[in-house]
Amino acid sequence: MNSITDNTINPILELTGVGIEFPTPKGSFQALTDVNLKIAKGEMISLIGHSGCGKSTVLNIVAGLLQATEGGAVLEGKEVNEPGPERAVVFQNHSLLPWLTAYENVELAVKTVFDRSKTKAEMKEWIEYNLNLVHMGHAMHKRPDEISGGMKQRVGIARALAMEPKILLMDEPFGALDALTRAHLQDSVMEIQKDLGNTIIMITHDVDEAVLLSDRIVMMTNGPSATIGEVLKIDLPRPRNRIELADDPKYNQYRQQVLSFLYEKQRKVEPISNTKKVNKKDLSTEKQTA
Amino acid sequence: MITKSATSSSLSSGSSSSWKSITDDVMPMWLQDMIKAIMLPIAGLLFFLLIWGTGAQNIDTSLGKFPGPSQALEQFKSLITEHNDEREKEVAFYQRQDDRNAARLAQDPNYTIKIRNYTGKPTFIDQIGTSLITVLTGFILASLVAIPLGIMIGLSKNLYAAANPVIQLFKPVSPLAWLPLVTMVVSAVYTSEDPLFAKSFITSVITVLLCSLWPTVLNTAVGVAAISQDLLNVSKVLRLKPMTHVFKIVIPSSIPMVFTGLRLSLGIAWMVLIAAEMLAQNPGLGKFVWDEFQNGSSNSLGRIMVAVIVIGLIGFLLDRIMLMLQKYFSWDKQALLR
Repeated sequence: MNSITDNTINPILELTGVGIEFPTPKGSFQALTDVNLKIAKGEMISLIGHSGCGKSTVLNIVAGLLQATEGGAVLEGKEVNEPGPERAVVFQNHSLLPWLTAYENVELAVKTVFDRSKTKAEMKEWIEYNLNLVHMGHAMHKRPDEISGGMKQRVGIARALAMEPKILLMDEPFGALDALTRAHLQDSVMEIQKDLGNTIIMITHDVDEAVLLSDRIVMMTNGPSATIGEVLKIDLPRPRNRIELADDPKYNQYRQQVLSFLYEKQRKVEPISNTKKVNKKDLSTEKQTA
Repeated sequence: MITKSATSSSLSSGSSSSWKSITDDVMPMWLQDMIKAIMLPIAGLLFFLLIWGTGAQNIDTSLGKFPGPSQALEQFKSLITEHNDEREKEVAFYQRQDDRNAARLAQDPNYTIKIRNYTGKPTFIDQIGTSLITVLTGFILASLVAIPLGIMIGLSKNLYAAANPVIQLFKPVSPLAWLPLVTMVVSAVYTSEDPLFAKSFITSVITVLLCSLWPTVLNTAVGVAAISQDLLNVSKVLRLKPMTHVFKIVIPSSIPMVFTGLRLSLGIAWMVLIAAEMLAQNPGLGKFVWDEFQNGSSNSLGRIMVAVIVIGLIGFLLDRIMLMLQKYFSWDKQALLR
């Protein structure tokens, strides 16, 4: 169950021997080494690990925002080397254009992606369909500064879904939200994924979120030279209900396994006096990858 | 402000804290705020007038005492009267001309009428108009060059590195240094039998343009370079075309910096224009000041003082107009602008 060997057949996305080095003034910094992962169509994968372990870097390599220095990512037989709408990203801090309404933000994506293939009326319908999908139909003509954080993130998801991506990349999509809003959005994502069968890679810090949403949880070791430590297959029937699962022994066992990986096997052992310095470094690497 | 005074009064003893509590009881907070908002600027202006008035009485020049506020006001009134008189003369001139032509035409139907333009001397108000037209022409032309240039420089680090030395070199150059060159070049290049614009106008416009270009270029470039990485990533993931990227992402997010640049540029343009008109004898407010200085009558200093205040007032109004434009064009209506 915990083996790293990956038996996925006909993967939509394949990461082979991915590694990345960042040049720094003190010499190069090896952030990732030898990341191997195959993802099947319609699968929901969570990447979990301590901050600074390179989760975002993996996601950005798949998105094409960063270039791997070793190995590479192959999506449906084609190597990824630049960003594109077939690998839509839901950014951590929503990244909506603040001067456009929710509708216009989605419209920008739809107009770019379906430039010739959809008529104006079809585009309008498609934009509204996606906003309704994330329950934002009622506020689609509001600007980001007029809606709550959770609503912004919903619009961000609608924008990504509207691109009809082959794979949806979510970079800690609910990290900045309060617990209740987060639960709502998790339910929305599960619902949408059930209906549309999207392939999703999601980065998270939240163990419950990972177990609840994922088909597999990919656990990363600490950096530098971070890589995949363990892969945990979550064999829980869908649809999943967070209240019922709370008493499910299997669910709790999965949870316990992830927790033990994070806090026993990959416990961050740093002297307290260094914490500040390390945090700074984390921030700077995150800036590079974000 | 209020919290500060509250803490200081609570720290100090006795009388002052009781005075504070009395004012709090008698006047509601909003009234206090309103009085502050109105009274403080008025107090500032009154203080300035006091200094000006008392200072003026103690300065003797070869043209008499330095004009105080009341003399300046007097001169302002007389400038307005002169303007109205001149307008009346002009109307009368055209009336006479029309009557004469009509009479000639009645005598001889084949007579071709001649119309001559009135050539009275431009009044203070006319000079203001000329100056405004010149400064706006120069400023608009400068902006049309500066904003696209700033966007290009901001988008490319390499272009910025290449352009920066040139910008830094020309940014501090005074209009007075440009003026002789511009004058010579304009007289050499702009030669036409029937020019659409006067040479002096072209010279002033180009001088204004050369000096007011730089703040807009630099601020636009800085604004464009500071666009958040998240928005750039969105643009990358969407594979926006270069022009879409500029119009949908770059321009909206750099609008505040562009306007900061434009306001600085317009301020400089106005200052430069006055200096250029003075030195090059181009028509406008600068020429008015220079003519009055050469005139040297007992009224001259008062008239110059009026010009100084009007120049300041127009500069201030131009800045307010830019601020209103910024509010109109900016997507963030809540942003604090000052």
